[in-house]
Amino acid sequence: MHRVLGDRRAIAILLGPALLVYTLIMLVPMAWSLGYSFTRGNTIDGFTGNGVANFSRLLADPAVRDALWFTLKYAAAVTVGQVVAGYLIALLYVFFLKRASALVRTLVFFPVVLPTVAVGLLFQKFFQVAPQTGPVNSLLNAVGLESVDFFGSAGSAFWVLVVMDIWRSMGFYAVLLFAGLVDIPEETLESARLDGATGLRLVRHIVLPLSLPVLLSSLIFSINGTLKVFDSIVALTGGGPGNGTTPLTLYMFQTSFTYSEYGYGSTIALLLTVVCLLVSLAVYRVSRRDLTEG
Amino acid sequence: MSSRALVTRRTHRTRLALLTTGVASISLLATACGGTGGGTSTTPKEFSYLSVTENTTVKNALTSLSKGACKPAQEALPLKVETVPQASLDQKLQLLAGQDALPVQFAAGNAPALTQQLENSGKVADLEGELTKLGVFDQLEPAAVSTIKALYGGKMDVLPYEYNIEGIFYNKKVFEVHGIKAPGTWAELRDAAAKLEAEGIQPFSASGQQGWPLTRLISGYLHRSLGPDALQKVADGKAKLTDPAYVKAAQEVADLGKKGYFGKGVGSIDYDTAMNQFLSGKAAMFYMGSWALANIADGKQNKVGAENVGFLPFPAVAGGKGSVDQYPSNVGLGIALSEKSFDKNTGAWVSCIAKNYGSTALKDHGAISGFKVNTEVKDANEVTTQVRDTISSSKQNVLWFEALFSTKATTVSQTNAAGLVSGSLSPQQFMQTVQDALAAK
Repeated sequence: MHRVLGDRRAIAILLGPALLVYTLIMLVPMAWSLGYSFTRGNTIDGFTGNGVANFSRLLADPAVRDALWFTLKYAAAVTVGQVVAGYLIALLYVFFLKRASALVRTLVFFPVVLPTVAVGLLFQKFFQVAPQTGPVNSLLNAVGLESVDFFGSAGSAFWVLVVMDIWRSMGFYAVLLFAGLVDIPEETLESARLDGATGLRLVRHIVLPLSLPVLLSSLIFSINGTLKVFDSIVALTGGGPGNGTTPLTLYMFQTSFTYSEYGYGSTIALLLTVVCLLVSLAVYRVSRRDLTEG
Repeated sequence: MSSRALVTRRTHRTRLALLTTGVASISLLATACGGTGGGTSTTPKEFSYLSVTENTTVKNALTSLSKGACKPAQEALPLKVETVPQASLDQKLQLLAGQDALPVQFAAGNAPALTQQLENSGKVADLEGELTKLGVFDQLEPAAVSTIKALYGGKMDVLPYEYNIEGIFYNKKVFEVHGIKAPGTWAELRDAAAKLEAEGIQPFSASGQQGWPLTRLISGYLHRSLGPDALQKVADGKAKLTDPAYVKAAQEVADLGKKGYFGKGVGSIDYDTAMNQFLSGKAAMFYMGSWALANIADGKQNKVGAENVGFLPFPAVAGGKGSVDQYPSNVGLGIALSEKSFDKNTGAWVSCIAKNYGSTALKDHGAISGFKVNTEVKDANEVTTQVRDTISSSKQNVLWFEALFSTKATTVSQTNAAGLVSGSLSPQQFMQTVQDALAAK
């Protein structure tokens, strides 16, 4: 085995195809897109050099600021929501439901396998005010409150989105964290109990530190997914009202493919890449430090 | 076998494997990149037509022509229809144009700006020249030709498969019961709406999800108050949407929304729901184009009865420079022909369409087109007659709010319109947002 792996040619054969495919479908388009960000034009008119004009426009564009702010706000809210809800459900599985949790796990996991568009439509009907009053508004009316046009203002549409995405994915994080929790040795828990740690204290001082690595992995998963959110927003609000719920991804898509400004679209894509990179680096740093301590 | 021989054999095998991988990947690349490249001019094998899924009239009327009057053309060049959802049309056109693979006939983009872009790069046939050569240019209604030219910078880039005027359809019966006269001025329109609202009837139905039925009210007001060139001035940079006279129009429309005249959650109302609200009698007025006549004539959709539907021009604004006989007009979804595939067989199709489409569309589908109606067709109902008379007698036409906007400004305007009437955007903010999108170039 050592001889095979020590042979450069063998390594080339083993890695070559995968590296080639990766280069062709990931690195080349990335470099290509970077090149486009210095051009203007589209597939009809052709492309011409544009210097750094796209970058100065990026800095001055209020729509980019709005989209970036929305993306960060959304990523923060949904990540916290997903991981916290997932963790609470996982604790419920392990300490409360125990063996009976299989059915509940399946039910909570179910939204994960539903297509995003279907979930989007479901929530649209759920929160709608017209043409028919949806269940949420009916409930509000039943307790004597006025109907709310949830999709009429950016603020309320944002919260509907957050609720939808948390509901949609908490089952996934619950399963992920459940796997981490069942790994905690029963003896450790038992001895903590003997020392008098119960309930919240047990979770705070024993369970939480011991499940920190898997918690941080969930966090990385979640934040990277939510920064790149696209489908659930398109399905639920289409970025509206106005551009009230437009994240960077959607703005990039519209700029490139609806307004056919490929150069500027690529510049926005670059910004998104940088944001993802920075956030990932930050989370990795934190996680590495904690892992060595734990 | 000596170890040296073994090493050599292994090297050979390695090289072979590398070579195989290399060849495989290169051939993969070649397949991936070998798109449908095109030359300067090609002979089409089919009368291919790219349309949008939402529009069924043109597709159906062309299919009936292919079986009837245009059978010879069909035999030489069979019709083949492909559709995409309207929202992805622009993207599809850009990609096809980039690959030089546009079909023979295609829906020309949601904003005229895209069609002009295609024209500038020589992808769109000059139809005035081609139709004159074929001797059928006189088969087009002059009003439709002038609308097309106004839209496409003086060029005849598309065929008028539809010709629409817009105005306010209203429920005559509801107006009569509540003693309301058909409004002739904006002030009367507001009074009528106030009275209807007080009587518990929703005054207007409009799709805020589409946005344009709301922005059309702004352009309508602008054309009446500032004259028919109000939006041309914005396009030419001589005026801004943020000028007080322009903001006033947005203010008037926002006021209607503020009083709840469009009903609840206007931003969530889609096109079909808005149509249904009017045709089921839940709303008394409906700003729409004459293409709605097909729905009005359809007894299954129209519960109030075609005889109870009236048509009003957009009302006058007191002291304004415009007049009520200047109708907003359009050619629906413009349909262009590809420059490079316009040959003899395509010409045969086009001249057959020019001669027969007008009557077929009207007779079989109740749709008014910009082609002359050469066989007498009896109108389905009174309101159709009224609209047809209006079209043939109208002297000057105006365009819609976004007609001269870029694709971006069009989207920005239409997605923010619901915010304007629901009050989440002030008129000043709305006009500023659209003006900014116009300026971003």
